[in-house]
Amino acid sequence: MPTISRDEVAHLARLARLAVTDEELDLFAGQLEVILTSVARVGEVAAADIPPTSHAVGLTDVFRADVPRPGLTQQQALLGAYATEGGRFRVPRILDEA
Amino acid sequence: MSELTRLSAADLAGRIHAREVTSVQVTQACLDRIAAVDPAVRAFVHLDAQAALAVAAQVDDKLRRGDPPASPLAGVPVALKDVFTTLDMPTTCGSRTLRGWRPPYDATVTRRLRDAGVVIVGKTNMDEFAMGSSTENSAYGPTHNPWDLDRVPGGSGGGSAAAVAAFEVPLAVGTDTGGSIRQPSAMTGTVGVKPTYGGVSRYGLVAFSSSLDQGGPVARTVLDAALLHEVIGGYDALDSTSIDAPVPPVVHAARAGATADLAGLRVGVVREFRGDGYQPGVLRAFDVAVSRLSELGAQVVEVSCPSFDYALPAYYLIAPSECSSNLARFDGMRYGLRLGDDGTRSAEEVMSLTREAGFGPEVKRRIMLGTYALSAGYYDAYYGQAQKVRTLIIRDFAAAFERVDVLVSPTTPTTAFALGERVDDPLAMYLSDLCTIPADLAGNAALSVPAGLSDEDGLPVGLQVMAPAMADDRAYRVAAAYEVARDAADGGPLTHRVPGIEVVGEALC
Repeated sequence: MPTISRDEVAHLARLARLAVTDEELDLFAGQLEVILTSVARVGEVAAADIPPTSHAVGLTDVFRADVPRPGLTQQQALLGAYATEGGRFRVPRILDEA
Repeated sequence: MSELTRLSAADLAGRIHAREVTSVQVTQACLDRIAAVDPAVRAFVHLDAQAALAVAAQVDDKLRRGDPPASPLAGVPVALKDVFTTLDMPTTCGSRTLRGWRPPYDATVTRRLRDAGVVIVGKTNMDEFAMGSSTENSAYGPTHNPWDLDRVPGGSGGGSAAAVAAFEVPLAVGTDTGGSIRQPSAMTGTVGVKPTYGGVSRYGLVAFSSSLDQGGPVARTVLDAALLHEVIGGYDALDSTSIDAPVPPVVHAARAGATADLAGLRVGVVREFRGDGYQPGVLRAFDVAVSRLSELGAQVVEVSCPSFDYALPAYYLIAPSECSSNLARFDGMRYGLRLGDDGTRSAEEVMSLTREAGFGPEVKRRIMLGTYALSAGYYDAYYGQAQKVRTLIIRDFAAAFERVDVLVSPTTPTTAFALGERVDDPLAMYLSDLCTIPADLAGNAALSVPAGLSDEDGLPVGLQVMAPAMADDRAYRVAAAYEVARDAADGGPLTHRVPGIEVVGEALC
């Protein structure tokens, strides 16, 4: 029986970059517990000799000729940007100052 | 309601190409119908009447000049689920995070519709990023079921299904990851097809669960679905999982099926898909549908697919795992919502605030569920085991298709449920995908065709027909033959029994 604590949900939210609220921690801890208990049933059937399937159709590497083809222009790529600077995406600082 | 909106896409195309009616007239009739009923149905999140009429006028001009139609559906209006990118319309995926986003490129499906002269009238509502079974997870509000406005239209593609069921458009495109085309089709009395995985390009289909996502048609008749299938299907070099083979001959199968019986066809009824949790009226309608298949000459046997009992839990590990990875792209850096960028916060803080505000509860649940299932220490017990179940389901299908040509089941365990009934109970919501998930996990073709009404609530029931991969045409053949027999027994198409819509409220766009 999986049990998932409020602290574990907070940890998952941090990993997933979700600034969840206190109320959400309570709500999601309860709901994830119920869902995980239900889906844990997958452990009942599959034994060691069964190979995993990651994809419905057999995936093989797909190659194409190494010739340039048109992509997005710089202007098109920046079209949806929240902020730009000098023809580039402007983003918040990526390092903490501490 | 204009009579034009009642016609099938095939009829409309025939009349447009024979120049008995113009594409502009047909498109205008659809736009008028949308204006009249969408305040109540709320199927559309974006409409572009002027652009649609301009495309229609171009089709008419070409026909007037004597050019052959660009495709069998040239001039026919269609609605597009808001998960396909469109250069000239926003693409929101039902999410706040993409409110107003204008993609810099067209999806392959979008481009194929344009090249075929199909008139895209607008984008349809959906559960956020296609995660949901009721369309209530849309940031823009729920869509209502045309059969009963207090009920859900199913999901995630409730907008596409409701638009077709309410005669707003003859055709729509949806996507199916765990049943998001077939389940809403069953609940709205429409035809919905999940093609073989790889049959319709995923390029420009905003990814939820990449190993499962598949675009497909929604229509009011089997032939209409087939016509749209052939327009949007086929190999695309821009999708590395696209199947490099001709589209199965689905239009031919739909036409041939409508004029033939099913003598010699072996039909397997999935034993696991009945019992507890199945609405009695759904099972009664399903049993009547199966007896029609027998009357058409099919040999019906019961087939057991024991691993199907584990499809739902496997799906709710695999899909969230892939979603937690795919939705990492919504980081507020290059496009979409950004919140909290005040010059002092770091990128990571801005990212967390943006994603917290941009995603709804179901998307957050699935991202966290997937993050958990993929974590070191839990991976083998959850994601790893789910992948093994996937193998077992593929084996069950393979064994079944040695004995029978197609498998059938109810598409959904219940008819459309009430708005709000399951929003606070994720597990109850997930159960409505019970019968549709196996075909997604195995990648084979499956469709839902209306199978009458449930006698206890008068709401539509779907008959699911599942065929092997790349045997999409076989499912169409069965559905087309069944459709003719059903209409003969019922005295007319089911969709035409949808009640009149009383309009209160406002449209979503």
